[in-house]
Parts: sequence; structure tokens; C-alpha cells
Amino acid sequence: MFFSVDLLMQGFGAALSPENLLWAFVGCFVGTLVGVLPGIGPSSGIAILLPLTTFLPPTPAIIMLAAIYYGAMYGGSTTAIVVNIPGEASSVPTALDGYEMAKQGRAGAALAISAISSFVAGTVSLLGLTFFAPTLASFALYFGPPEYFALMIMGLSLVVSLAGKALLKGLVSAILGLTASLIGQNPLTGACRLTFGCEDLMAGVNFISVIIGLFALGEVFCNVEQKVTYILDNRKIEWMPKWVDVYRCRWVMLRSSVIGFFMGLLPGCSPAVTTFVAYDLEKRLSKTPERFGRGAIEGVAAPEGANNATSSGGFVPLLAFGLPTGPALAVLLGGLMMYGLQPGPLLFQSNPSFVWAIIASMYVGNVICLVLNLPLVGMWARISLIPFPILGPLILVFSVIGAYSIRFMLFDVWVTLVFGVVGYLMRKMKIPMAPMVLASVLAQMLETSLSQSLLISRGSWSVFFTRPIACVFMALAIGSIVRGLWVQYKTGGPEALADGDD
Amino acid sequence: MKCRFHALAKLSVFFLLCAVLLTGVQAHAADKFPTHPLTYVVTFDPGGQSDREARRQQPHLQKLLGQQVIVDYKVGGGGAVGWKELTKTKPDGYSFYSINTPHIILQPMQQDVGYKTEQIVPVAMFQSTPLGVAVPADSPYKTMKELLEAAKKEPGALSMGGSAAFSGHHLATLRLEKLAGVSFSYVPFTGSAPQMTAALGGHVDVVFANSDDLVRFKDKIRVLAFSSAERFPHFPDAPTLKELGYDMVDSIDRGVGVPLNTPAEAIATLEAAFMEIARNPDIQKEMRDQGFVPLALGHDASVAYIKKVSAEYAELAKSIKK
Repeated sequence: MFFSVDLLMQGFGAALSPENLLWAFVGCFVGTLVGVLPGIGPSSGIAILLPLTTFLPPTPAIIMLAAIYYGAMYGGSTTAIVVNIPGEASSVPTALDGYEMAKQGRAGAALAISAISSFVAGTVSLLGLTFFAPTLASFALYFGPPEYFALMIMGLSLVVSLAGKALLKGLVSAILGLTASLIGQNPLTGACRLTFGCEDLMAGVNFISVIIGLFALGEVFCNVEQKVTYILDNRKIEWMPKWVDVYRCRWVMLRSSVIGFFMGLLPGCSPAVTTFVAYDLEKRLSKTPERFGRGAIEGVAAPEGANNATSSGGFVPLLAFGLPTGPALAVLLGGLMMYGLQPGPLLFQSNPSFVWAIIASMYVGNVICLVLNLPLVGMWARISLIPFPILGPLILVFSVIGAYSIRFMLFDVWVTLVFGVVGYLMRKMKIPMAPMVLASVLAQMLETSLSQSLLISRGSWSVFFTRPIACVFMALAIGSIVRGLWVQYKTGGPEALADGDD
Repeated sequence: MKCRFHALAKLSVFFLLCAVLLTGVQAHAADKFPTHPLTYVVTFDPGGQSDREARRQQPHLQKLLGQQVIVDYKVGGGGAVGWKELTKTKPDGYSFYSINTPHIILQPMQQDVGYKTEQIVPVAMFQSTPLGVAVPADSPYKTMKELLEAAKKEPGALSMGGSAAFSGHHLATLRLEKLAGVSFSYVPFTGSAPQMTAALGGHVDVVFANSDDLVRFKDKIRVLAFSSAERFPHFPDAPTLKELGYDMVDSIDRGVGVPLNTPAEAIATLEAAFMEIARNPDIQKEMRDQGFVPLALGHDASVAYIKKVSAEYAELAKSIKK
């Protein structure tokens, strides 16, 4: 179970065999593709290919499935940056600054930094997986419902800083998000809420259709109204990031790797949560926080690094305990079990060659993804050269297809269209949209962990302050809210620039 | 982030149809059921128990039925989304859905979920996970007796983790509370993965969990009792609740179902195929190793079983609804 150089070297030997290399490449390629297409996420990508892997022996099959998972994290930022369609909730913070950069003619730089940051963070968190997996595996077990609730409250406190100066509007937006995520069945009891007798609403409003509507459709509606001819604000185009940009982001990448990796160890902390946390941290640490939301390259590097680090972090509890931290890893766990491989400490002992081949292949896969993605940057970035009268309808078509392909329900398309109008209105009223997305990402776990905690504590709220980990997060949350209010009080008065021009 | 497989499924159906048309359609013209590919709809996430069983059966079904069988997913609402679709699908036997008891009994009992238990016609039931009572390995409770005594001494002080409320785990807890005259604080989780995580971390005192999950985490937990009729082979030292004097047998059982008005001939063909797989000793051994109990209930036996369980739960459910 413990790390040894020999085992890792053997793993590299296996991962670099032509067969395994081929399947890692296929996985990275499919993953990137799945990431680029809005609506199709890594979990469905893995699930679609799961039956196709039955003709492969376990090692290459799992190498390929894992590659799809982290490959999708590379591709996910593409549509968010180029056309403001975040295909997954985790790409929303990327879209905030990425799309602004695209409008300024720096789509290439944004795409390239997102690939580089993904690579750096992916590799850093793999080092964590390689050297500390057994030690860190039990990390997830320290988190019970009260700890999760406190963590979610801390997440929610980010609304204060995401909203910037428009605090009241930010809160309205967050409440909208919380309300939208209440629609459907209570995740614990199955009781229906806000469904108004409509059976389609029982399974809830799908989160991705809401995001596609808010961001992509809302943007198109606004552009149509303003008779925009090009989404580019200026014609000075920068295809690649300058070295100075990469250098500027070096600490950003490292910090987001660490945050992403640790949050990836926790079940239920989807990349969506970590990307917001990483984005917010950079905004707070930055000497020029006002650049965030208006095309700051750090605002792209942070979430992109964090989501890749999260995806590698998730392999720690998966391999060491058999605990999946998210839907995509649950599918991967199913894949392992189909091959009769029982994840857990025993897997490291009984099948070391398998485990280390998978881990080694992930290093290789990250290189493949980087090599695969960088040359495509120029091609994707040129999309912003398409005149808007052509690009706009194309975005509409892809949004509708993306919304439909989530669950193959026409109902989701209607949801997307409705939220497109909501997004348009929010833009008009200058209500920032990021708090809404963040709130709806957190809502389910916030609710379930609250009711579980109170059941365990038999109704006593002190449980959130008497348990050390929970107490730390609560303190952080309170600190973050107070600091946000203080900053706002000190600077005083509304500042139009900080309003959510998402 | 639910699954989206239909495009691929539809595409493959299309290609398969083409293939069938090009090759063997004349030979089998007006032949008996099935004459074209079938769809096996899994109503839970890929990688779960239902999915793994479907994957296990898929190649055998294809051989026995002589047609391609496509595994598709319709996930949501704890299975309700898929079962609602089941009742509305064309009753020709070409689409069959994974079904679970007690879910299909309890859900419509609780509220309007868009389907009724009677609208689902079971074809066969083949997989069962008895429920076991387990505590973390470092728990002070070594036996069921000690646990129940503690629960009796201070009602509600011990937390009992289970997957979802108004579910198999929840009702088993209620049944045990009633029979033993104790009370736990039941804490629902969103699935068996978070439930087991909470148990391993010691965040709940005890869990009522599926046998295959208990087998997976064998060395980190202590199983105190099983709600099966006989002792569970993986935990020969854990007594059954019946042995301890609590007359209850609780399990989660899985099978497949079709809508009402499906032709009897189609049901019989599907039933025969599923039963042959269920009786295959190699498959049974594989299932046992993974912590499942293989079942082999045909159509009639499944109907009777669902009816029997429904009656039991109807009574119990009244006591929680209040």
C-alpha cells in the first residue's frame, strides 16, 4: 500500500507500453471532446464507453476511462471561454474572466493558460496522489454532516465577495439560486417541492440547462438587442499567452492545485465548488481585485487548475477506500468492480502493478492532454472572428442541443429557454449571475447536511461549533462575511464597474 | 449530471436495424418475439447494483434471445423517473426496466410519483441484498444485545444511518424499533456511498446497510446482525434478527418489469431468458462473492412476492405517515 520508487517505475513501464499509451491517448482525446461539447460531461462520457471497454484487459480499460475523466476537465473550458457556454458548473468561474478575455481578443491566451494551468495542477495533485494517498485517504472520513454543512456555509459566504459592490443584488441572485435548486424531490425524503403538480419538475430543474440558459442564451439576447456585429471588442488579437502571463500565474496555479487537491479528497465536493473557492481566493489575494470579472488571466488559471486538481484528488479515496467523490468516479468505481477489482487498501497490496500503472498513466495522460490541447487553441480562438449574425444563431443551436443532450428530455430545453430570459433580465438589471450558480451548486449538500447534522445532534445547533473542523470552517465563513462587509463599508457607495457584467 | 446515452443507443439501434434488414430479415420474417433489438433500461446510475447486474446479464440475454440487447439509463427521483416512463412505454416487451422492491411499493404509497405499483408487471426478480446492522470497527457495541440495550436506555441517543427516508433502510429501522421496543435517531443519506462513508468515519453510531456494501467494507466495520432468513455466508458469526427473537426479514430485491398489457408471449420469453441466467451456477457464485444473494423468481412468483411485501409495508407505512 505504501509508495515505493520501484513500483512507480514499474507503473511507468506499464503505462508507456504501446497498448496502454494508445488507450490513454484515446481516453484523453474522447475526454477533451466530451469536455468541449456542452451538456455531455465526464460521467456520461465514461458511462457511454464503459461497455465498449469490455474487450480490453482491466489496466488499459481503466487507464482509458480515467483519461476521459481528467481529459474532460481540459476541454470543459473551451466553450466557456470562446462563446460563454459553460458546459459544466465547474466552468462558470472560467467563463467570468475567460469570455471577457475572448471579447478583448485574448481568447487564445485564455485557452492556452487554461491548458497550462490544468497541466500544472493536474501534475501537482498527482504528486499528492503518488506520495500521500494512503496517509490522506482517511481525510474524507473526518468529514461528517456537521463538517460538510460548515464547509458549505463557507462556500456560500463567497457570495459576498463574488457580488462585489452590488451586495444586495448578489444576495438576490444567491436566493434565486437556492430557490431554483429546491424545485423537485427532497433528496432525502423524496417529498415534492415547488413542482405545482408538474411531473417533469419532480426530478428537479437540471442545473446545466440553467447555466446554459443564463450564460449563453442571455448573452445572445443582449447582443441581438445591441445589434452586435462581432463579439470582439477590438481587433488586436493575441493567439498565445505571453511568457509574462504564465509567469504571473505561477503561484495561482500552485495555490489552486493545493486547494483543488484537498477539496477533491472530500466526497460531494464537486469541481464546481472548488473552482469557485479557488477563483475567490485569487480575487482576494490579488493586488488588483477589480480586474477580476473583466478579463483577468488569473481568473482563468485558478478555476481551471482547481478543477483538474480536484479530479486527481478524487482518485485518493476512490483507490484507497472505494469511496467515489462524485458521479463520474462512481461510474469508474462500477467499472473497477465489473473487472472484479475491489478498491481499498487491499488493492494496493494485491494488485500493485495495476494501481501504479493507472497512477503513472495519469502523469502521461496529462502530458498528452497538454500536447493535444495547445495546438487546438488557435483554431478554437478563431471562432470569435465569426460575425455575430452567424455566430449568435450557432450558439443558440448548440445551447439547445447541449440542453437536450443532458437527459434527452425536451423539458430541459424549455428550462434553458426560460433561464435564457432570466439571464437577459438579470443582465439588464445588473444582477450578477455567479452567486446564483454558486448557491445552486451548494444548495443540495447544504440542505441535506443541515438536516443530517441536526438529526445526529438531536436538534442542537452547537454541533457546528463544538466539532473542531466544523468550527474552523464556520469561523472562516463568518470572517469572510465580516471582511466583505467591512471592505464594502470602507470603500463606500455602489461602484458600477463591479456590477456583474458576466 | 444525469446520464445521456440515448443518442448512442439510438444510433446503435439504427445501425443494428440496418444490419438486421440487410442480413437476416427474410429468414426470420413474421417470426416470434423478439424480432429486433431490445432495450434494457436501468433506472439507477451506472455503476450501481442494478447496472452491474444488467451488464452481467447482457451478453447472456443476447445469446438466449438471439437479439441485440442495449443497456440504457433513465435515472432520477430514486428510480421514479424511470418507472414513470415504464408505465408509458409501448407494451410490446421490447423495452424492459430494472425494478427494485421496496422502492416501487413505497414511492407510490408516499405520494403521487406518476406511476402506481400495479402498473408495473414484473418479469423476474434475480438479485437480493439482505440488510445488515453494522457498527464501526471501534464501536463499543460488540453484540446486538448491547446495542439494543443502549438504545433502550436512552431513546434516540444512538443515530442510525440509512440511505434516504421512507426507504428500505428506513422501514427496516422502524420495524426493528417496533419489535425491540427501542428508538434510534434515523439519519437519512443521499445514497449508500455517503451512508457507508459516515459509518466508517464514526459520524453515525450504527447503520442498516445493503449486504454488498457491508462485504465491501468488511474489515472496517462489525456486523452485529442480519435481517436475512438465514445467516449471511460472508458473516457467519452475525446472527439473524430472527434468531435473536425479532421476527423480521428485510432486503432490497431487484428484477425487471414491463408495462401493463404486454403480450403474455413476450413476458414468457423474457422470463425464460432471465430465469435461465438466474439459475446459472457460475453467475450465482459470482453474485455471492460480491455480497449479493441470487434470486430466481419468475413472473408469477414475483407478482405474488410484490403483493405480499406491499401488504406488509402498507401497514408499517401507516405508522410513519401519521
